Amino acid sequence: MASIWQYANPRKFIQTTDRVLPWIAGAALVALIVGLVWGFFFTPEDYRQGSTVKIIYLHVPSALMAINGWIMMLAASLIWIVRRHHVSALAARAAAPVGATMTVIALVTGAIWGQPMWGTWWAWDPRLTSFLILFLFYLGYMALWAAIENDDTAADLTSVLCLVGSVFAVLSRYAVNFWNQGLHQGASLSLDKEENVADVFYFPLLLCIAGFVLLFIALVFLRTQTEIRARRMRALLVRERLG
Amino acid sequence: MIALLTRDLRLAVRAGGGFGLGLAFFLIVVTLVPFSVGPENALLSEIAPGILWLGALLACLLSLDRIFALDWEDGSLDLLATSPVPMEALVSIKALAHWLTTGLPLIVATPVFALLLSLPQAGYVPLVLSLFLGTPALSVIGTFGAALTVGIKRGGLLLSLLVLPLYVPTLIFGAEMARRGALGLDMKTAMMMQAGISFGVIALLPFASAAVLRVNLR
Amino acid sequence: MELSVQDLSVTRGGVPVLEGVTFCIASGEALILRGPNGIGKTTLLRTVAGLQPPLRGHIGLEREAMAYAAHADGIKSTLSVRENLGFWADVFATGDIAPALEAFHLTALADRVAGGLSAGQKRRLGLARMVVTGRPVWVLDEPTVSLDTEAVALFAQAVRAHLAGGGLALMATHIDLGLSEARVLEMGTFKAKAPDPDDFDGAFL
Repeated sequence: MASIWQYANPRKFIQTTDRVLPWIAGAALVALIVGLVWGFFFTPEDYRQGSTVKIIYLHVPSALMAINGWIMMLAASLIWIVRRHHVSALAARAAAPVGATMTVIALVTGAIWGQPMWGTWWAWDPRLTSFLILFLFYLGYMALWAAIENDDTAADLTSVLCLVGSVFAVLSRYAVNFWNQGLHQGASLSLDKEENVADVFYFPLLLCIAGFVLLFIALVFLRTQTEIRARRMRALLVRERLG
Repeated sequence: MIALLTRDLRLAVRAGGGFGLGLAFFLIVVTLVPFSVGPENALLSEIAPGILWLGALLACLLSLDRIFALDWEDGSLDLLATSPVPMEALVSIKALAHWLTTGLPLIVATPVFALLLSLPQAGYVPLVLSLFLGTPALSVIGTFGAALTVGIKRGGLLLSLLVLPLYVPTLIFGAEMARRGALGLDMKTAMMMQAGISFGVIALLPFASAAVLRVNLR
Repeated sequence: MELSVQDLSVTRGGVPVLEGVTFCIASGEALILRGPNGIGKTTLLRTVAGLQPPLRGHIGLEREAMAYAAHADGIKSTLSVRENLGFWADVFATGDIAPALEAFHLTALADRVAGGLSAGQKRRLGLARMVVTGRPVWVLDEPTVSLDTEAVALFAQAVRAHLAGGGLALMATHIDLGLSEARVLEMGTFKAKAPDPDDFDGAFL
């Protein structure tokens, strides 16, 4: 039974993640420390932006993970809808607060960066606004999970919300672009080499992104384990009440 | 299905049905705005399209939890679910009834309220048109939110939290269309986008609403 | 027509409550489910009526054959008795409500607002809805709650008429329904055992 779905068994999932978690967490720590130290102290200052540019090492990775977190939740929700693996639903639930935190980090670092650059902490720029809306989606998603007692019902409802929310998030992105053209610079990273930030900034940035990805995975694994145990406990309590 | 619609409309106009509450709320919002931003007509006429759109949206939001809550409490939702009416049709009818009892009165009353905020002459037709295109989407999206939260006691606040981000595109295009209209600018793009969102939402979202309602009923 | 239910397992709040429920009701028969509170009678009826999916097992008839009556009657208090019943007649596309009103002695009350009815009268209105649905299988959950002796007799009469017309009835109750000919099925024997936590998802059920 070499199928990937064997990891959807709660027991198997906990055993496996217990084994790999220290490695992922350790790798995340190393990548983040090296990336941040390299980025903050061993890169030249930008000729226009000065030292403020260095917040990019927190801003870009967290913004990336804010979006990827939602995409991961969407994938997990789809797996729950199609295959009804409880662990998948719980992983989506576990990822939400992590993703929301990433969104907050992206918003806060963006504000700190925006102040010296644009002279304002906040502007209703399309990218900023989109992230604010993304944060609202995270809030609603978590609130819905928290409001429903029955875990299976909650999993079903939040999955559909995640699905519908994703469509509306994309719609909002376009609507906001139409609504205001914005101050934010273009993408810091892209496959097109010409568009990229310069190499000296690029490699520590990649390292920081790797660190954030690993950190995200480690946190989601850890929180999924917690959710699995909490769910198991609730199931036992219900059983006891039923006699 | 017609029976369901007539019953809902009949319930809405009888005692305790809440018909007109949204309208009264809209009037209060419009009355309060000048108190908070000052009485200058120039300022008011500039923000009038946005305020009127926001007022309509909030009035709509206020009445969303009534869409399913009453039928849920007295058990008729269970009985309707076992009836020959498909769940998708049920939620669509509910949304239509909500629009007829909330959205339509708002549209009819808007020109009067626009007078209070001294909307420029050119803005009336675009405003009414934008509401006409946009409020059905508000009702359909709201029905989805109401279906999500139907089993939750005191779910009103949660319903607002879930629905508001979903309202963003509709509000942007609707208000933008009304604003451009009032300024005499080209509003065709906004109008097309608004119509596209409304039709897309009306065509697709009832399936999601029906799915979550089924989950909530089991 | 017959309703055959085989090896049915049902869950409440994600936890299996009954398993291996098997029975068969033929045309013209009534089956009464009995058991202590909380055993899962309501859950079983909701599953049979198609409101929730079974965990396992098979229900022989489509949900379109079932008419379901729950604890709550779904009565709108601002509508009259006639409007309430007429609405369901329209929804089920059956038309005439006069026989249903007659069967439960509601004709005199037809133009009263439903909000002013007593609990027993409301229950009668709720049961009259079953006649109006025109569906062959009646699934009734505690149908005689708050009915007096006379009304219970009316109910028994209505069920007999339904059975005589080739219908079926599945009821859950712990009160005597005055239907001595109906078979009785004890639910206690189907109580679900705890699943093995080493099962795939067993830990969550």
